[in-house]
Amino acid sequence: MALVLNEEQQMLKDSAAGFLAEKAPVSALRALRDSEDATGYSADLWREMAEMGWPGIAVPEEFGGIDYGYVGLGLILEQAGRTLTASPLQSTVLVAATAISHMGSQAQKEQWLPAIAAGEKVVSLALQEGAHHAPEQTAATAAANDQGFVLNGEKVLVLDGHVADCLIVVARTAGEPGDEHGISLFLVDSNASGVSVARRSMVDSRNAAAVSLKDVQVGADALLGDLNEGSGGLSYTLDIANLGLAAELLGLSQEAFERTMEYLKERKQFGVVIGSFQGLKHRAAEMFAELELCRSLVLKALQSADTGDENLPALASAAKAKLSQVAQRVTNEAVQMHGGIGMTDEFDIGFFIKRARVAQHTFGDYNYHLDRYARLSGF
Amino acid sequence: MSEIEQFREETREWLEANCPASMRTPARGEEDAYWGGRNANPANPDQKVWCDAMASRGWTAPHWPKEFGGGGLDKEQLKVLRQEMARIGARSPLESFGISMLGPALLKFGNEEQKQEHLPKIVRGEIRWCQGYSEPNAGSDLASLQTRAEDKGDHYLVNGQKIWTSYADKADWIFCLVRTDNSGTKHEGISFLLFDMASEGVTTRPIKLISGSSPFCETFFDNVEVPKANLMGEEGKGWTIAKYLLTHEREMISGFGVSGSGRSLGQTAAEIVGTDATGRLRDSALRHDVAQFQLDSLAFGATMQRVGDEAKAGQGLGAASSIFKYYGCELNKRRHELNLAVQGEAALGWDGELYNNGAMPRAWLRSKGNSIEGGTLEVQLNIIAKRVLGLPD
Repeated sequence: MALVLNEEQQMLKDSAAGFLAEKAPVSALRALRDSEDATGYSADLWREMAEMGWPGIAVPEEFGGIDYGYVGLGLILEQAGRTLTASPLQSTVLVAATAISHMGSQAQKEQWLPAIAAGEKVVSLALQEGAHHAPEQTAATAAANDQGFVLNGEKVLVLDGHVADCLIVVARTAGEPGDEHGISLFLVDSNASGVSVARRSMVDSRNAAAVSLKDVQVGADALLGDLNEGSGGLSYTLDIANLGLAAELLGLSQEAFERTMEYLKERKQFGVVIGSFQGLKHRAAEMFAELELCRSLVLKALQSADTGDENLPALASAAKAKLSQVAQRVTNEAVQMHGGIGMTDEFDIGFFIKRARVAQHTFGDYNYHLDRYARLSGF
Repeated sequence: MSEIEQFREETREWLEANCPASMRTPARGEEDAYWGGRNANPANPDQKVWCDAMASRGWTAPHWPKEFGGGGLDKEQLKVLRQEMARIGARSPLESFGISMLGPALLKFGNEEQKQEHLPKIVRGEIRWCQGYSEPNAGSDLASLQTRAEDKGDHYLVNGQKIWTSYADKADWIFCLVRTDNSGTKHEGISFLLFDMASEGVTTRPIKLISGSSPFCETFFDNVEVPKANLMGEEGKGWTIAKYLLTHEREMISGFGVSGSGRSLGQTAAEIVGTDATGRLRDSALRHDVAQFQLDSLAFGATMQRVGDEAKAGQGLGAASSIFKYYGCELNKRRHELNLAVQGEAALGWDGELYNNGAMPRAWLRSKGNSIEGGTLEVQLNIIAKRVLGLPD
């Protein structure tokens, strides 16, 4: 497949960029933060996104989506990265809809996908338990009983968890922490008895929740995918999730870089603009090169998701590792090159390094994905 | 059958019939490749057979126009030819600076007589060319070159010295930057001359490199008479041609960064260094570096593909192409450093069969020149900062 956006994709990218720049610029995130907004994103904006079909972009048509694929979703997330727009695009559209599409039964798909595609429901994956992303270390349990399963465990970094209607809980139904086998996924109503959700305001002014499950009874029909064999579907879901985060990191890095280049052309010291100093020029040129590599890798990986390429896992880890590394470098340089003003809260550049750090960590950071990429490459 | 499928079938049959068996293996480095020229001394007679066969169809320069001896193939046909050659492992029939560097400039800037005179001989591998660009005091600052060409009526009188002239001692002709005028800025007054290396007053002296080989020469011009007809383009406008040609040279060098197929460095490392119980390379620092290298190679390859695909889709040559020389060379240097780290003692021997005559350390040392030749790493970064990012001088 040609590594280039077609006309339709280019149009989607342009219209997303225009919409987000107008309706949800960085100042909108600042306003949500400063007003300590209860939802953490604008419900009105989310409705408008839904009218444009964004929540259903990767959902099959038979379930109310527009089946435009992951390249399309990636383009939207990239633009949302440029504006640091807060919305359930990551939690619900990128992750939860993928898990349900990939693993769900006909009934589960019918119940959830049209509602997600219409922007009516927020669903979030409850996976991480410790300080680091490590799916096979899952210790939360689901014990079978005559009514279905009883869930117990503690989860963190549940994106938009405080407003989620439903949680996709990863739990152990067999084996020990460390085993890939014995992992199962469950659709759990957030209002179910025994579920407590604690909102956590994160460094990027977005929201994630800590979720505690105490003797939560779910029916047998809550099981998403096969019993004990959830690792495969979870792994696929995480590949897609990391691709989407890589696309978002691409957008935010590109934006931080462009803002920094503008600053280098304006700011004068010693009687000249600081962009004329070779000490800054060479660093800028190196970052430009790295961002071009990132753009190619993200597109290649997104295409592999749409074509069902067997290299998807390696490409997803490659993209997430590379984008985590480059986003960290670019956002650090953005603060450094802006000098004192880059350290002030009043100036927007700080929002980029904050969001980058959370997106880097979510579903596995540079270290995790470089290790995984090496393992998948045979060493 | 579609036209292109018919072309594929004919090409396959022809290659099958005309490519000698010994030419269906990759050349072992620059020295083992066939370069043609008046003094061609092929290590294997099949090299000339293969070159002549391909040249008879214009396929040594398959995309050049037929009227100048080229193959006249369009992009689709060119792709098919490359695929069919790759299918049988056929090596390139002719290595040539005439094809990779001078030819494109000659097609764009040369007059009709010059094209007719030189292009067919390049295609047939009859004349081997070298490039007279750098001088002892004009390296990164190429435009400050001082080799003089005085107007003597029907000819120029050339005096001066070039350095880093690739294979000047083996070349038949040179394309050379000279100064015809000193009155303007340094970029003005440069002219582009073509002349015979057998001319009286031309001498060459090979330079031995840290790798032990001598691919470059010092080249001296002492009252060399060059006919006026050998001026390419306008007098004093040679810098434009020089820059155009440099972009072709940089494309060629940046290709060094694309690693070949076959076993990856990481897999080789796993075999030599060993793995732990989880299958991970035992040396975790080396493992990190190799993984990062493979990841960057993957992303660089994707970038070359993307830029090519964008150009094919009519989106023009993107700004990303400016990074090829810089990034490709850095990757190649990293690859050689890691290769030595993986191979350990086996990559330290310099001579003898046991060490394959030091091929590995020699290639490692040679790669250090990648970020110097054709514009240094630092010059490339300056170009990106200025032309792409718009940062001021």
